[in-house]
Amino acid sequence: MKPFDYQRIGAVEEIDADAGERSSFLAGGTNLVDLMKHEIETPERLLDISRLELAQIEDGDQGGLRVGTLVTNTGLASDARVRERWPLLSSALLAGATAQLRNRATTGGNLLQRTRCYYFYDTARPCNKREPGEGCGALAGHNRIHAILGASEQCIATHPSDMAVAMVALDARVRLRAADGSQRELPVEELHRLPGDHPERDTVLQPGELILGVDLPAPPPGRHIYRKVRDRSSYAFALVSVGAILHVADGKVGSVRIAFGGVAHKPWRARKAEQALQGQAATEENFLKAADVELADARGYGGNDFKIPLARRTLVAVLRDAARATEESTP
Amino acid sequence: MAELSVNGQQVTLSDDPRTTLLDTLRELPGFTGTKKGCDHGQCGACTVLLDGRRVNACLILAVQCEGCEVTTIEGLGEGDQLHPLQQAFVRHDGFQCGYCTPGQICSAYAMLEEIANGEPSDVTDEDGVRLSRDEIRERMSGNLCRCGAYANIVDAILEAGQREESPS
Ligand SMILES: Cc1cc2nc3c(=O)[nH]c(=O)nc-3n(C[C@H](O)[C@H](O)[C@H](O)COP(=O)(O)OP(=O)(O)OC[C@H]3O[C@@H](n4cnc5c(N)ncnc54)[C@H](O)[C@@H]3O)c2cc1C
Ligand code: SF4
Ligand code: FES
Ligand code: FES
Repeated sequence: MKPFDYQRIGAVEEIDADAGERSSFLAGGTNLVDLMKHEIETPERLLDISRLELAQIEDGDQGGLRVGTLVTNTGLASDARVRERWPLLSSALLAGATAQLRNRATTGGNLLQRTRCYYFYDTARPCNKREPGEGCGALAGHNRIHAILGASEQCIATHPSDMAVAMVALDARVRLRAADGSQRELPVEELHRLPGDHPERDTVLQPGELILGVDLPAPPPGRHIYRKVRDRSSYAFALVSVGAILHVADGKVGSVRIAFGGVAHKPWRARKAEQALQGQAATEENFLKAADVELADARGYGGNDFKIPLARRTLVAVLRDAARATEESTP
Repeated sequence: MAELSVNGQQVTLSDDPRTTLLDTLRELPGFTGTKKGCDHGQCGACTVLLDGRRVNACLILAVQCEGCEVTTIEGLGEGDQLHPLQQAFVRHDGFQCGYCTPGQICSAYAMLEEIANGEPSDVTDEDGVRLSRDEIRERMSGNLCRCGAYANIVDAILEAGQREESPS
């Protein structure tokens, strides 16, 4: 690990305006410390934010919930309100990592965790995300875990978070504080970017910008399902995951939200599929059509070709289960 | 001097902020229990309790733990009296080489508390949190055993957990 200066931050005001490129915020450390050991991340200064007063979950406006960035993944998944009203989020969190990691991992850290691309981790191989301009080892290499949607010739990595997939489906918003003290808000859907020509940038955050927390609006009606397909039944990153909330009334789709994980550089909100389903009969045939509309532009790179039919089948299976469950619950 | 407490004993932190909690524990005389398997958060051999919750000590910088309370495997039993989980591991042969065992037991100890607190897991259904083989397997998935003693580990934890639920 490269040497660095360590500074514990007691209040956000202590973050100086030039906290920028060479500094990193340290929360749970479960991703950053790992990347520092590999010398993939080499900050000159670590600003330890883990003792800031941002570890609360509070009732928000209009039936929403305000989640501080330092709420742990365990804390968020176990919260009675989340389990009751946003079960999609609780399920997605519990499908990720292990109890040890979730006890330490924070909300903001989970959103900003970096890709698990093998070449990104192997400093002896080329990777545009790690070293812009070096080339992408995965493009013609081992790419079983890589993206099928929204990738570029510069990078085909995926974002590994389960939690973020649920947040995107739930229209969650992230609250940010810039290094100069100004604040802004963004839908979580707009936090992560597609790689384009700048795969070194995972998100739209500015240097020194701090995540203060995430706001969940009141949940839409319907059944929540998070399904994660992976190589082992526990403790593995998603090959493909689907988070969906489906409400069926009189056999028709009243409202539907869908997001995919494991398929792109960001959690992928499936708006085309949602549009195709809105108001339509909740039938297998329509579910298949919706999946095909969403995946029309999907492309594989050899090792990950299987993800296209896998994403299609997983989405259809989730919608089928959710439709059955909402019908059963409406007398 | 920055300190943290390990099983009730005050320990001075290294002045190199790169030192992990795991390396701090490994360098302490007499603390041979906590193990380094992968050093990357993947195996669970370094599992300890930090302020009562199980964590991977290899991914935590020790400076972050200033003023915190750490419990290692050495802090679970009392003197020569083994903790009931340790006894159950012996009874069920929950190991072969024993390298993963301190982490398994610290993890299991915290896991039984998490169940008692009603914290859900990925396999918890609508009926609520109950101790079962499936729950143990899922909740212990962060502790790998290269000797493959899993079946006996699950038996040991199940027995210790059932005793805790209904002490006779
Ligand atoms: C073995 C293993 C398996 C895993 N499996 C899964 C899995 O299946 N699914 C899954 O979703 N995740 C998985 N993870 C990843 C885990 O969820 C993340 O490591 C964790 O959520 C990161 O949170 P943290 O608080 O530890 O972040 P840190 O490591 O502290 O930080 C991560 C990044 O976020 C930045 N950051 C943190 N907080 C803020 C903030 N408030 N504002 C601005 N920047 C901030 C840091 O600077 C850093 O760049 C796994 C991790 C490991 C080690
Ligand atoms: S896919 Fe992205 S992260 Fe992986 S090697 Fe290519 S550029 Fe690097
Ligand atoms: S040594 Fe910490 S998880 Fe393997
Ligand atoms: S007993 Fe040998 S690794 Fe588990």
